[in-house]
Amino acid sequence: MRAVNQAVRKKDAMLLVTGQPVYTQDLAPKDCLIVKILRSPYAHALIKEINTEPATKLPGIECVLTYKDVPDQRFTLAGQTFPEPSPYDRLILDQRVRFVGDAVAIVAGENEQTVDKALKRIKVKYEVLEPLLDFRTARDHKVLIHPEANWKSLCDVGADNTRNLCASNEEKNGDVDEVLGSCEWVIEQTYHTKANQQTTMETFRSYTYRDQAGKLTCVTSTQIPFHVKRILSNALALPESEIRVVKPRIGGGFGAKQTAVTEMYPALVTQKTGKPALLVYSRRESLIASAPRHENEITVRIGADKNGIIRAIDMVTLSNTGAYGEHGPTTVGLSGHKSIPLYGKVEAFRFKYDVVYTNVMSSGAYRGYGATQGTFALESAVNELAEKMKLDPVRIREINMVKEGAVMPAYYGETLNSCALDRCMAKAKEMIGWQEKYPGIELNNGKVRSIGVAMAMQGSSIANVDTAAVFIKVNDQGHYDMKIGATDMGTGCDTILAQIAADCLNCSVEQISVSGVDTDVSPYDSGSYASSTTYLTGTAVVNTCETLVEMIRKKGADQMGCPIEDVEFDGDRVHRVSGNESITLRALANVQDQDADLSATESYCSPVSPPPFAVGMAEVEIDTETGAIDLIDYVAVLDCGTPINKSLVRVQAEGGIAQGIGMALYEDIVYSREGRNLSNSLMQYKIPTRLDVGRIRVDFASSYEPTGPFGAKSIGEVVINTPSPAIANAVYNGVHVHVRELPITAEKIYNGMKQHKNKSN
Amino acid sequence: MIIKLWINDQEITKEIDGDAILLDFLRDHDCYSVKRGCVTSNCGLCTVIIDDKPVLSCSTLVARADKKHIYTLEGLQEEAREFGECLADQGAEQCGFCSPGLVMTVLAMVKELKNPSDNEINEYLSGNLCRCSGYMGQLRGIKDYLQKKGGAGK
Repeated sequence: MRAVNQAVRKKDAMLLVTGQPVYTQDLAPKDCLIVKILRSPYAHALIKEINTEPATKLPGIECVLTYKDVPDQRFTLAGQTFPEPSPYDRLILDQRVRFVGDAVAIVAGENEQTVDKALKRIKVKYEVLEPLLDFRTARDHKVLIHPEANWKSLCDVGADNTRNLCASNEEKNGDVDEVLGSCEWVIEQTYHTKANQQTTMETFRSYTYRDQAGKLTCVTSTQIPFHVKRILSNALALPESEIRVVKPRIGGGFGAKQTAVTEMYPALVTQKTGKPALLVYSRRESLIASAPRHENEITVRIGADKNGIIRAIDMVTLSNTGAYGEHGPTTVGLSGHKSIPLYGKVEAFRFKYDVVYTNVMSSGAYRGYGATQGTFALESAVNELAEKMKLDPVRIREINMVKEGAVMPAYYGETLNSCALDRCMAKAKEMIGWQEKYPGIELNNGKVRSIGVAMAMQGSSIANVDTAAVFIKVNDQGHYDMKIGATDMGTGCDTILAQIAADCLNCSVEQISVSGVDTDVSPYDSGSYASSTTYLTGTAVVNTCETLVEMIRKKGADQMGCPIEDVEFDGDRVHRVSGNESITLRALANVQDQDADLSATESYCSPVSPPPFAVGMAEVEIDTETGAIDLIDYVAVLDCGTPINKSLVRVQAEGGIAQGIGMALYEDIVYSREGRNLSNSLMQYKIPTRLDVGRIRVDFASSYEPTGPFGAKSIGEVVINTPSPAIANAVYNGVHVHVRELPITAEKIYNGMKQHKNKSN
Repeated sequence: MIIKLWINDQEITKEIDGDAILLDFLRDHDCYSVKRGCVTSNCGLCTVIIDDKPVLSCSTLVARADKKHIYTLEGLQEEAREFGECLADQGAEQCGFCSPGLVMTVLAMVKELKNPSDNEINEYLSGNLCRCSGYMGQLRGIKDYLQKKGGAGK
């Protein structure tokens, strides 16, 4: 291995750090129509009248579009493989508006000032309806979010629009009640995680135009170009063959751009007017009308025997999908599927869930995708069980954690081929100094310093669903052109996949030119999500290279007039094993015959989704007077199989942990009583600055995943899962307060301490 | 109103609206490195340098830049490459969308602070948000850069 497992600089790095114009808005033609959206001031209402004439009459306004101008067929914006589990529940514009900020009209004009003026001139009469804002009461509520007849669910996910259900299911293995009944120790608690914004630095944006072939072309900041093609086809009632989607460089994804938030609006404008159109969401729009993490309330029951062996887990998740169902049925599954299997000695489990519609912003996909919520609940409950039993929270994990070779009933019955969770725990313990520091100490300045622990898992692609194809061709210089459909959104997959190809083809990373993604020319890829790119597209790269090397050897053998068995390819030449004769790749590439084209394409769809693992340990300092909390140190040890790119894997981990710290301590989407989103700027929605994250230290305990490319599993998502439960555990170990609702604020800690005092007085 | 200013040493005299924002003005003059991440002065993506000081162009009227020299990344390519390589070697540029603002602020910082400690670096750059990197790789890259320039970070 020459490139794999090295710290290779990203292929696009120097373009990015020197500020080249490579993002969506930088590339848009200067004569694009500017598109903006008029948004609902009500959480739930019907549009009775809408008068667009005063706006249309303004000079410079190209069009004003309302629900009367859009196809009456419902679709989903979720970027998922067809048939999407997310219900078909939305129109581009609807007569019913379902949250404050829902789209009411689209305005396109020659510049921003004119469009802003036009937005103010649209006169809308609403019939204001009772909003449904509490997700705990949503199921079977008299207020229905989606009463429409053409609402439709394509998959059997237990969805029922007449009951406000986006999904509902129950799974079990063994008799959980019976096992719990025979346990010496049982704990039951409820945990609440909030909706969180991915907060990509580049907000949602897309532009559209008709290309030289007349195709409706959408250049967009997306993780899912091929799904966007289908989504636009559904939304506009236009055949997919007339749509083309292009992904330039992307200013961050984190799942946000696994939902097609903006594409349909300029696309409709271009479809109607034939003119290029650009929509750039403001930060405010990105915070009030996007696709944040699903709010979850999770009740966990755990039973253990007298030695601390966890025998049963019962988990009930209530998930709030908001006004529309994007990623609702699938995120909730991960809250159980990617937390319960961490505990390898469980004899029985039950996992039950409802996903409900309400009148708040629709949810979507955010790094961790439900596993993050489930991990906070289950890991917090395990910590509470350990406290009750007076066991060290590390110890209870050491005796219960899943081991390599285990069959995991709660994880689709998969066998665990690679797992270094035990080594992750041992290393993390050593790095933070667990033996010396647990549970914590009182400092002499009114503060306590304490530590906490959690562990987590994720998957690597969606088994039997995600598909990736790769195309590699030898160009006449003897270098390679590699086309991928996976979307580099800053993570570096263009480089990581080139490293894999370089080692398979015995060449340097520089000899692999990577291009992606243009749906007209790139091979199909379901997209960069579900921790799939390195593992899944990486395997497709390996497969493609194998086929290509065979072709190169065959052509070389033909040229030298010998059987293919007699030749080897060393990356530069095909040479005979039995003689001195050889021919260079460059010479071969220039031989014109019926096999002139040295190119190969292969695809991959994995039957399994091998989990990466994480152990996180947090050290915090808490002011016992005020409850103010500072994160001092965060240690994470990860098993992602073989790290393909040593620096990129580390930054993925550090970045995901920082987002997890934001979720744990700061980030909260707050609504007014009327359903207005108050967290609508970076003043209110506080993501961590570099002064807020303390010190993040990452190390790796690598296993070797036999089904992955060079032994690799995923890294992108698992890293966000441990901070919330580990920090909550550290808080308990310092001040004996359980914070079961995120974020963990000074106020909640203070109130918890006050309750203690009141009790003891 | 008519203003005269210099973008990356190029003189521009132009009639502008009184409420024109510097960020938009710069992008209209092909300075595409200047990004907008918010409009509330929180993110630092739109940072440019005026009179050696980092300035948020999203919150600055063009009128206030009258008679001033403004530098964007387009005008500081050599410096950007020098620091950018240190960032890239850590993989810390990631999506790159916050990179121009960060690079501008770091270039201002090295002129203003001598031998800054980690804390001083973090405080100077606290207005530059990044959602990808978790900041640790950025700090490693900045310290490498300072070391290369001879003013090692402590």
